[in-house]
Amino acid sequence: MSKAEILGQIRRGLGRTGATETARNAVSARLEAKQANLIPARAQLPEKACQQLFIEMASEAAADVIELKNIKLLPKAIATWLAEQDIHELVSAEDGPLSDICKQLPDTLHIRKGVAQAGDLASLTTAFLGIAETGTLMLYSRPDSPTTLNFLPDNHLVVLNRQDIVGVYEEAWAKVRGLNQGKMPRTVNMITGPSRSADIEQKLQMGAHGPRRLAIFLIG
Amino acid sequence: MNTYKNQPVVGLFITCLADLYRPEVGFATIQLLEDAGCKVEVPSQQTCCGQPAFNTGDFKQSAAIARQTIEAFDGYQYVVAPSGSCISMLHHYPELFDEKDPWKKRAEDLKARAFEITSFLVDVLQHSLSPSTFNSSITYHDSCSGLRELGIKDQPRQLLTQVEGVEIKEMQESETCCGFGGTFCVKYPDISNRMVGNKTHNIVDAGATTLLGGDLGCLLNMAGKLQREGHDVDVRHVVEVLAGMTDQPALGETKSTVKAG
Amino acid sequence: MNITSPDFKENARIALKDVGLQKALGNVKTGFPHKRATAMERLPEFDQLRDEARDLKNHIIEHLDLYLEAFEAKVLENGGHVHWCRTSEEAQKTILKICQEKNAKTVTKGKSMVTEEINLNEYLEANGVTPVETDLGEYILQLRGEHPSHIIAPAIHLNLEDVSETFHSHHHKPKSMDPAVLMQEAREELRNKFVAADVGITGANFLVAETGSSIIVTNEGNGDLTQILPKTHIVVTSIEKVVPTLEDMTLFLRLLARSATGQEFTVYNTLSTGPRQEGDQDGPEDYHVVLVDNGRSEMIASELREMLRCIRCAACMNHCPVYGAVGGHSYGWVYPGPMGSVLTPQMIGIEKGALLPNASTFCGKCESVCPVRIPLPKLMRYWRRNEFEKHLTPKTSRWGLGIWGFFAKRPALYRQLSKLSNATLRALSRKQARISKLPLARGWTEHRDMPAPSGKTFMQLWADKQQGQNKPQSEHYS
Ligand code: SF4
Repeated sequence: MSKAEILGQIRRGLGRTGATETARNAVSARLEAKQANLIPARAQLPEKACQQLFIEMASEAAADVIELKNIKLLPKAIATWLAEQDIHELVSAEDGPLSDICKQLPDTLHIRKGVAQAGDLASLTTAFLGIAETGTLMLYSRPDSPTTLNFLPDNHLVVLNRQDIVGVYEEAWAKVRGLNQGKMPRTVNMITGPSRSADIEQKLQMGAHGPRRLAIFLIG
Repeated sequence: MNTYKNQPVVGLFITCLADLYRPEVGFATIQLLEDAGCKVEVPSQQTCCGQPAFNTGDFKQSAAIARQTIEAFDGYQYVVAPSGSCISMLHHYPELFDEKDPWKKRAEDLKARAFEITSFLVDVLQHSLSPSTFNSSITYHDSCSGLRELGIKDQPRQLLTQVEGVEIKEMQESETCCGFGGTFCVKYPDISNRMVGNKTHNIVDAGATTLLGGDLGCLLNMAGKLQREGHDVDVRHVVEVLAGMTDQPALGETKSTVKAG
Repeated sequence: MNITSPDFKENARIALKDVGLQKALGNVKTGFPHKRATAMERLPEFDQLRDEARDLKNHIIEHLDLYLEAFEAKVLENGGHVHWCRTSEEAQKTILKICQEKNAKTVTKGKSMVTEEINLNEYLEANGVTPVETDLGEYILQLRGEHPSHIIAPAIHLNLEDVSETFHSHHHKPKSMDPAVLMQEAREELRNKFVAADVGITGANFLVAETGSSIIVTNEGNGDLTQILPKTHIVVTSIEKVVPTLEDMTLFLRLLARSATGQEFTVYNTLSTGPRQEGDQDGPEDYHVVLVDNGRSEMIASELREMLRCIRCAACMNHCPVYGAVGGHSYGWVYPGPMGSVLTPQMIGIEKGALLPNASTFCGKCESVCPVRIPLPKLMRYWRRNEFEKHLTPKTSRWGLGIWGFFAKRPALYRQLSKLSNATLRALSRKQARISKLPLARGWTEHRDMPAPSGKTFMQLWADKQQGQNKPQSEHYS
């Protein structure tokens, strides 16, 4: 059996026949402890500074960051943003405030719920977290927030609460483990700016296969 | 360091290329060491550091040569060479012997005593140069082994700033390999040629009169290319300038273009 | 794929004369190293992270069997499947079988060097399954019938004109020289293929034992579309990619993008954990992980073990002056540059890969930039030693080395030999101080002059001096 042969070859290389007690303990201890390695100082900051860093890093990664005092301003901001791009349709996730928000969008906008299709121009989702370290959004799959929304449409509009900004990835993993009694969602997406490629002559172009534009509506 | 009581005794590792091509490099090194208060001897049982064998994968031969070198330099407080590459090779000696082999310890011991000349002057002796003048703009090539295995980067520059008249004009990519690589340059001549061509381009661009470096292999390679391309840049080993011994023509030249003051 | 590693020298010679290639390679040299340096400067802890990454990888390899078992258990628990494959052939068959079970006509593919290694595309195609590469660079290459020349920028050997030409002949659209327009064409062409594919195949940058997840890192988002749209997702990856926890994965992610493209973070870092969960409206219904060994487990017993730390960032080739001169295809197989010169002989055999570990000046630049501190020159030297012991080193080299060694071990004779060479070189220079043609060193004098010795040997002059004869300095060209 290939599995046995591969594992056997590994063990021979390591100079042991089975797994020693010490080896087993070392492995289960490490898996159990989930200990952080060195965390750079950059994003270990007070809350306000962290939020500022997130905005800077996300903008550097070419995301559009739109700061809004409160969620009441969101429908108008979304409508304006879409109008500016001359987009009249939106496919939306259904979690949190989104259904409510969608109701407040102008009637001229054609709104659909659920999964994205090829050819969709814009999608609306929430973000689970923002990670200040690199201006990264964290999203995860669930019934009311299908993952296709994050990748198929040309424009991705994301709602993020200011208090959901954490400093570093490690804080995000702790929160991911808090979802569904520790069961990982099928997918966790970390998104830092819109899609891009430099595969043609090393010249960076935005919008390779994923969204060409990423708009983050930062609430609070 | 200039007291004679505790005068450091240094064994000069001359290196094949200095021996064969440019004895002045050996004499300049000796002068620098003596100026710094060292007593210098040249053990006669030394030959090559063994790098050609080591890098061809002939570890048996390398070990034999290593043993010979270790013995030749037994008893010297320091072993100094005008080459980062050869000293790096001496630093590799411990890899040639098994844990249990008594030579391993002797190799470790040699490694601890072996230094490239500019690093020895700056890092070990913390020596300031005797006054000298070299009225020329120079650019410096950081040879790979010295740079990456021994951390030689600032030492030669620090010493050069003590020589009156020297103006340093750094070239682009001074840390990129010149394409010499020992036998590489004859095994892969076309690739080596491209690499040294890139190098001479950067050297000429820097606009300096003289190219300096700490390894003759690289210097011969770059000098040969500069000359073939018809560029008027003098090439010298850095110790020649540091010791004020620049009367002799530069590498591959028949007359000296820059006069020492 | 056709292995041309034994022709490395000839490949290199042609590459050096290829004007287009040389122009393209110019972009590697100026782009990646500069961006990496900037990213490093912005993260003061970078070198410390490298130390930790090296140590962590060492820990993982020392417990590789256990982490792989832990990973497998988690994947199964999440409802996925794990397939262990010793060889390329096993991996090919396993993947084909999954495709056939799903009646797959087309599979979309995210960028994966392991699938290149196991020659998956040709195999699938030969068996009636059409693979569609979706990474822009890989897509361009697939249209051109070429293989990647770089592990993260596969089409780096091409120029805009080449892509423009290729797209024009395949897309039947007006020819454009605007990279944005060309990318748009590819986007449109591939959109339908993403949706129509029956199976999506991606690689994995890491496998997380704690959660049974695989992670892919892409800038384009093609990997994501590849894995969420088809009904079946197959992750084809290799055994050394496993890491213990999400925190451990994070350590490597902090190094990966910065070392590779110099980005702070890659645009999409996506963790996949098993198939679609209850209530999910999208995502694959099946999740398979194909674990490929292909000679890796054998590396543990030798010095090559250190190579298993590699996270495929490509920093070593981006900074390699040899790669920069000859490009990736010269290396003649999947993995180019310094990391390839270590891995390729292991995977295709040292007989075929013999020239690769020799094609290095040992300048050490690769080791100095490697995020997991792999001593690449030392590992290339390991192969040279192996070649020497197996008598694969060319005869001329062996003889030359033998004769030289004979003298080097006899100091008195060595002195005589140096004296003789010195006198000969000086005679040949005919007082010109340099030699432009030297029969035994044509490799040298074809391209450059050979400076002549400036006087007698040092050892002669030193002996003279010791005997009280004076003025060694003034004896130029005597
Ligand atoms: S050897 Fe090091 S530098 Fe090269 S690809 Fe692997 S990890 Fe990156």
